[in-house]
Amino acid sequence: MRLEPKPQPSLVAALIYPLAAIAATMGFAALLVLAAGASPLSVFELVARGAAGSQFALLETLTRATPLIFTGLAVAVAFRARLWNIGAEAQLYIGAVVTVVLGTGALPLPAVVLVPVIMAAAMLAGALLLAGPAFLKTRFGVDEVVTTLLLNFIVLLFVSMLLEGPLKDPMGLGWPQSQKVIAEAQLPRLIQGKRLHLGFVLALVAAAVCWVLMKKTALGYEMRAVGHSPEAARFAGIPVNRVLMKTAFLSGGLAALAGFSEVAGLKGNLTLDLSPGFGYSGIVVAMLAMLNPLGVVLSAIFVAGIFVGADAMSRSAGVPSYIADVMVATALLSMVTALLFARYRVRWR
Amino acid sequence: MQPGARPEAETVLRLSGITKRFGALTANDGISLALARGEVVALLGENGAGKTTLMNILFGHYVADEGSVEAFGRLLPPGDPRAALAAGIGMVHQHFTLADNMTALENIALGTESLWRPTLDRSGARQRIARLSADFGLAVAPDAMVGVLSVGERQRVEILKALYREARILILDEPTAVLTPAETDALFATLRKLTATGLSIIFISHKLNEVLAVADRVLVLRGGRLVGERPTKGASRQELAALMVGQEVEAPRVAARPPGPPALALEGVSTARRGTGVALRGLTLTLHAGEITGLAGVSGNGQAALAGVISGMETPTAGVVSVAGQAMRGWSPRAAIAAGIGRIPEDRHAVGSIADMSVTENVISERYRSPRFSRSGLLDWAAARAFAETLIRDYDVRCPSPDTRIRLLSGGNMQKLILGRALDGNPSVILANQPARGLDVGAVAYVHKRLVAARDRGAAVLLISEDLDEIMALSDRILVISGGALSRPSLRGERSIRDLGALMAGHAGEPEGVDAA
Repeated sequence: MRLEPKPQPSLVAALIYPLAAIAATMGFAALLVLAAGASPLSVFELVARGAAGSQFALLETLTRATPLIFTGLAVAVAFRARLWNIGAEAQLYIGAVVTVVLGTGALPLPAVVLVPVIMAAAMLAGALLLAGPAFLKTRFGVDEVVTTLLLNFIVLLFVSMLLEGPLKDPMGLGWPQSQKVIAEAQLPRLIQGKRLHLGFVLALVAAAVCWVLMKKTALGYEMRAVGHSPEAARFAGIPVNRVLMKTAFLSGGLAALAGFSEVAGLKGNLTLDLSPGFGYSGIVVAMLAMLNPLGVVLSAIFVAGIFVGADAMSRSAGVPSYIADVMVATALLSMVTALLFARYRVRWR
Repeated sequence: MQPGARPEAETVLRLSGITKRFGALTANDGISLALARGEVVALLGENGAGKTTLMNILFGHYVADEGSVEAFGRLLPPGDPRAALAAGIGMVHQHFTLADNMTALENIALGTESLWRPTLDRSGARQRIARLSADFGLAVAPDAMVGVLSVGERQRVEILKALYREARILILDEPTAVLTPAETDALFATLRKLTATGLSIIFISHKLNEVLAVADRVLVLRGGRLVGERPTKGASRQELAALMVGQEVEAPRVAARPPGPPALALEGVSTARRGTGVALRGLTLTLHAGEITGLAGVSGNGQAALAGVISGMETPTAGVVSVAGQAMRGWSPRAAIAAGIGRIPEDRHAVGSIADMSVTENVISERYRSPRFSRSGLLDWAAARAFAETLIRDYDVRCPSPDTRIRLLSGGNMQKLILGRALDGNPSVILANQPARGLDVGAVAYVHKRLVAARDRGAAVLLISEDLDEIMALSDRILVISGGALSRPSLRGERSIRDLGALMAGHAGEPEGVDAA
């Protein structure tokens, strides 16, 4: 079996490949569902209904999609410049820590001022967290896959330390959790009495901004050029290292917004289970979207739907909700495979 | 070398009606070819004429859409390089496929031993290699690491590799591109010995002189089609060149003119050592306005470091770079562009262009920050596209649209775009590093014409090339680089090709008798 490069990938192909990847994922999940002793069709129906079958389900999916859009964007912009940021999880938690530190009464400001201030501070913290690995990469050639990945564990332990120490809620009955943020630091709910909050709108805005940045600005052009060929970019006078540092700031900041929005919009406080792997799922989201910022919104909603739907399904069908993790992981693998087929033609023999 | 003197010669290889399409492009269109025992057939053609595609099909790297390949009367299964190897077809690629950190002997024997043997049968391999070396004049040191061998030696290792596998048909892809004149002569002597034993050779080239010197028969490809077949006896250069490009080509006319003031000066420039490349140590070089300075030399003698300094890719560790008398500080590619240096890099695929970006995105890569293409950080894609269309028109680039990914363009068209990008804004200094390498006759003439025009309007041009014919045809002043040091300059016609060859080979000092101009 050999691979031959294909000429220009068409627009149709750009739509077909993610769909094919999703179909392959469903096929694989169906086998697992059969193995668990349930009927795939009814399980898929339950998942779909649980994800989008009612207003409640749909709002729940969009709520779950919000942090995924942020982390998906963080990964998409970084991967475009071939900065392999696997540390969105850590950047998310740092964003959440800053939100709690500034949002629990330290800054007595009105909401219209306080929320932007916290947002900016959270982004800065996430940006600085990724700036470290990016600096090591540009200066010494240290592999950022390793450094960003390992930082996830370091930061999680750091958060754990904070929650057992300085940030521990004295009224928390001994649980490792922080105090709740004050009302001025909270993001308002979009619909009274529902969980969907302003963070979702911010995520959509962020996606639009990223799209404009990548398509229309000189910085986006530089990022794409560096991602395609650092050598050719350097020859053309593009300051490769500076572009990578800017990319790191942008990516780290976007991932930190996920932590900010989860704390300020949904949970109110910081716990160690704030993120069930949103940082890692962001990689799946970005890959499914083929690194297109607008596509990230769709794929984040899709991935969120699987998680939310699988939770609902497992309650009624008795198939473990872990099927959602398997499906999301399979979606990543089949998407990577599909991208290969999009660029190469396979010759058997 | 008696063309047509073997009436009984058996046909060892037969390609019948080979057609290969890539999307809308037909790379090979019904090409048929027969190779006789002991014959050298030259495959001549422009870049993008389909030579490489045809050889890739023959060797099983590609599968033809139509047609068949027959070796020694047996049909080869398509798309199976191992079957091609087993049938006795050996290929020496233009870019060698050797492992630098292994010895010549290991490289030659690699892949021929059974996987079940834990060790290499060194003495057996050594004997066979020694015999092959002696028989065909392919001297190599079997225990030398390939990484330290010269380009000519590496090529001999490649040929030995094919012979070791008992190749009966040898395909050589642009074998002389990296050789000195003396090495080329030695290669041709080897090829004659090989054909005398009944080996057949396909020789891919775009150098007419060599084709006429070494081949029995010439096949000319143009636009994927076989447009002519001639015995070399009686064939003329002009006729072949015309067949190749479909029109008469004229040599560039370089009218003598007095050189202008210094445009770029390197004084005592040294560079850091990098890998196996030769560094510069205190090199001094001045390029004058309105003058083409030709830099001859065998690849790997410091050209890369020198080109790196001029293009801004390399920051000198010592010495001064000055442009128009102004000493430069903070040297970088961007600084070089800003100082008015137009750069044509050696590697147009990996350095000169961003393969997966469009033509438009590639042509603005040096100027996207200028007010012409962006305002407050926002790119003006309409202006960028218009610029791409201008270059496509002015430089006669064949491409479907400015949105085409540049990877899909042929080498010549890619080079024309890079040339257009470099010459845009009338740079005062032009670095042309191997500007015509691998291009067809038509594109070479075009690139040369543009360089001469730039010189005539007053630009200082540094032409770095391993092709002495090119250097001698274009340069007002010739320098030879060897071991990172420059020879004394000679004016046009002052030194013969043989003297330059001696300097290139690194013979210390200057040749005793400098030919009269």
